[in-house]
Amino acid sequence: MKRSARDNAESVRTITRRAALLGGAQLVFAGALVLRMRTMQLAEADEYRLLAEENRINIRLLPPSRGLIQDRHGAILADNVQNYRVVLVREDAGEPRAALERLAQVIPLSDAQIERAERDIMRHRPFVPVTIADRLNWEEVARIAANAPAMPGITPEVGLSRHYPFGPEFAHVVGYVGPVSEADLAERENPEPLLMIPRFQIGKIGIEREMEEMLRGSAGHRRVEVNAVGREMRELDRQEGDPGHNVQLTLDRDLQAFTMARLNEESASAVIMEVATGDILAIASSPSFDPNLFVRGITVADFGGLRENPFRPLSNKSVQGAYPPGSTFKMVTALAAFEADLITPDERVHCGGHIEVSGRRFHCWRRGGHGRMNLVAALSESCDVYFYELAQRVGIERINAMATKLGLGQRYQLPLSAMSEGLNPSRQWKRDRRGEEWLVGDTINAAIGQGFVLSTPLQLAVMTARLATNREVLPRLVHGIDGDDTAPPEYAPLGLPPDVLSLVHRGMWECANHTRGTAYSSRIVDESMQMCGKTGTSQVFSITAAERAEGIRSQEQLPWNRRNHALFVAFAPETEPRYAVSVVVEHGGGGSTSAAPIGRDLALAVQAGGLPPIEAYPQPQRNRIETMLREISIRIGPLGAPGSARSRA
Amino acid sequence: MSYLEYNVKHTPTGLAKVLHINWALVVLLVAVASVGFLMLYSVAGGNPALWVEPQMKRFAVGLAVMLIVGLVPLWFWRSMSGLAYAVSVILLLAVEFFGAIGMGAQRWLELGPIRLQPSELAKISVIMAMAAYYDWLDVRKTSHPLWVLVAVAIVALPAFLTLRQPDLGTALLILGGGGLMMFFAGVSLWYFGGVLAGGGGLIALVFASRGTEWQLLKDYQFRRIDSFLDPALDPLGAGYHINQAMIALGSGGWSGRGFMQGTQSRLNFLPEKHTDFIFTTLAEEFGFVGGASLLVLYLAVIATCVIAAIKARNRFASLIILGVAGNFFLYFAVNMAMVMGLAPVVGVPLPLVSYGGSAMMVIMLGFGLVQSACVHRPRERP
Repeated sequence: MKRSARDNAESVRTITRRAALLGGAQLVFAGALVLRMRTMQLAEADEYRLLAEENRINIRLLPPSRGLIQDRHGAILADNVQNYRVVLVREDAGEPRAALERLAQVIPLSDAQIERAERDIMRHRPFVPVTIADRLNWEEVARIAANAPAMPGITPEVGLSRHYPFGPEFAHVVGYVGPVSEADLAERENPEPLLMIPRFQIGKIGIEREMEEMLRGSAGHRRVEVNAVGREMRELDRQEGDPGHNVQLTLDRDLQAFTMARLNEESASAVIMEVATGDILAIASSPSFDPNLFVRGITVADFGGLRENPFRPLSNKSVQGAYPPGSTFKMVTALAAFEADLITPDERVHCGGHIEVSGRRFHCWRRGGHGRMNLVAALSESCDVYFYELAQRVGIERINAMATKLGLGQRYQLPLSAMSEGLNPSRQWKRDRRGEEWLVGDTINAAIGQGFVLSTPLQLAVMTARLATNREVLPRLVHGIDGDDTAPPEYAPLGLPPDVLSLVHRGMWECANHTRGTAYSSRIVDESMQMCGKTGTSQVFSITAAERAEGIRSQEQLPWNRRNHALFVAFAPETEPRYAVSVVVEHGGGGSTSAAPIGRDLALAVQAGGLPPIEAYPQPQRNRIETMLREISIRIGPLGAPGSARSRA
Repeated sequence: MSYLEYNVKHTPTGLAKVLHINWALVVLLVAVASVGFLMLYSVAGGNPALWVEPQMKRFAVGLAVMLIVGLVPLWFWRSMSGLAYAVSVILLLAVEFFGAIGMGAQRWLELGPIRLQPSELAKISVIMAMAAYYDWLDVRKTSHPLWVLVAVAIVALPAFLTLRQPDLGTALLILGGGGLMMFFAGVSLWYFGGVLAGGGGLIALVFASRGTEWQLLKDYQFRRIDSFLDPALDPLGAGYHINQAMIALGSGGWSGRGFMQGTQSRLNFLPEKHTDFIFTTLAEEFGFVGGASLLVLYLAVIATCVIAAIKARNRFASLIILGVAGNFFLYFAVNMAMVMGLAPVVGVPLPLVSYGGSAMMVIMLGFGLVQSACVHRPRERP
């Protein structure tokens, strides 16, 4: 191209100018980039650094090991045992189906398990370990380990799982743990992140539930570096959590075992307390269940069986069961009347078998009547008419006040589930709850622990302990935390007049030791171990006219669930009371026949610190008792001093 | 060239050409490429076989191409300009009809064992064609509307074909390169003012077309624009790339986290960490110092070229040098602005640093033309 020199020079000038112009613009743009980089990398660097850290660092929780639950001598009631499981990592194992089938040749796996495992595996990313089976035994673990080279991506792992070595014996008190449920999370306002860990277990009932915070401990954590898809690259640091606290209960392992065995799968419940401290030594509800089933995940069939059992094994009858206390309530009525000076110890009331009040006839349990009764005799022989008379003099409000004073009708501060409050009726209560006025007949029924009055076996034991000590004893279940024993509180005096109280003791002593006492057949001949007791028989249903017409006269002829509840309360030894016992046998017929014998065995066992000594029983009963004790002994093994070999097993 | 000039000046011939190669530019390009090798080594987690070795081989080939092209007289390349342009357009048309589809776009042409990306070739051929065109055109007609229209047509045809693939990033680079050429050639600034105003209107039109039958951009391109405007809008979707890129860049701080210590790239939070987003790894591991240093290197390349262009005193030579340099600038400026969240994510690699063959070849070819212009500059007789 021909071009004039002038044009050429002009062209060069233009290009130079434009190049300089654009070069300047480029510098400006580069400057803008530098400024932007400066802002991001210097001014906002911390913010971006934080975002980068959040990107890469994941916090993984380390579940703490759960605190142990022990009896008063240190026997472990709830333990953590190693649980072997087998996990599969898909990216190492290859095709899951084939890998699972190879595994199934080594350990038993059902088709359902394989299918579920396969679903689980496919739901997770290929590097996430998925549990295929757990609770493997040693042999299975060894077989997996031996076959490891042939099964890449499949490894045995060990974790901790809750175990209750004594199974049913402590099921109701200690309770059990289970996986965190939606409901568990819903009832907490700010659920701890720990609870979100898959398979994490928390207490569901009993001590396990009520002392959950104490037992759980706090989570540790590890900070791990993860990549964009969440694969763990390395561990940055690790802080172990604090294990949960060990909770030592006031319970005595051996005594609890004996009590459970003595209740002999009947629908019954019993409580043994130390009267000075309020320590609950045994608290039994029968029949029971194996809490270990729940930890593993109970089958529908097993659970259905427990729920449909008419003896209600899942219910903790000792605190959940509220029963009319029957004649065991008579001490309350007596103390209320005597404290108010409405009757003297020597004043006798004639029992003709019944009395009539406002046109209604109230019967004594003995149709023929007891004749002339004073307080001691009325307690001993459990004369109803005597107490009917007291009831009319004292009125329901004084009875109510005395019942409250003796610890009835209230919920104690104990780490137990679903405790019942029982019921101490009053005028106000009836008006509020039933919209009816209180009647004299209601007082008369209440005086002998019938009608509206309801008490739990634990409340009856507390009442007995208070009668024995004249102090405001409260039940205690926690003996210490992490080996630090908490001293039992000094209980305030109850302020019952000592002379009246000693009359009541006398009546209770006669009840259990006098020939005419209702519990005479359950007497103890060893004088150092004798007890003061009171039987009770509380009506559930009256025998109907129709049944009477069919010739049904006695309890034994009625169907089980219509029979009377049998109750017995006692403290022992008589001279210097140390222990209180209460027994309720649901639909047991009569207190003196079904409850008192159990009460005596328990009173002897707790005093002897082992099996009841046969010499304490009246001669004629010894053969029968010996057979029974031998059977129990075979069932629960040797009992011995605190911390016996069995306790430590 | 006048007779007088012909007698006073000469152009190096034979082996003497080697002495006149712009070695400063060669050194700068090797330096930039070395930064690339370092970063590719890092993002591969220390595995050189993954990206570094192929990249080194390509760069060696590119260097050879540059030197060979540089030793061929510039007049040859000028006469080849028309042909190169025609071949590019034909190849782009071929992609339109026979192209392989990858990542939702037709970009590749399979010619036996060679995979060709004609749009990359188009970038350089448009620059050549424009330089030749303005060299041919009477300087006084440069701003004449008719001749401006011809220039626009030369640029728009390959740009349009590239946009059809669709490859917005490359199409914009072709348009930008062509526009720069017109600017250097001296087209009246009024045209540029008009285009800027028109561009604003076009952007409005593009947005107005969204969701209608005549939608001008693909949905994913719209989403990229959305995520550019507000990366936080969709942190796991369209905004993910830019968010993670900015986190990597910002977390570098003053001096960075150290070589191979960048968590964002090492743990795969960064997308396309070895290609379009490689600058973020550099900024993360070497911080502000590293990022700014690379920028300085790039600016030094540009400055070297601009000086050469001014010294060339030959319209075609100056234009081709400035065109190649301008194109190079567009590459790294758009890429850096993109990873810093200043421009939408438009798939433009970081020149000579990002892993990838086609772009590197075209860039080295362009610098070959620059070398040719430098080598064959008429000089005073010694």
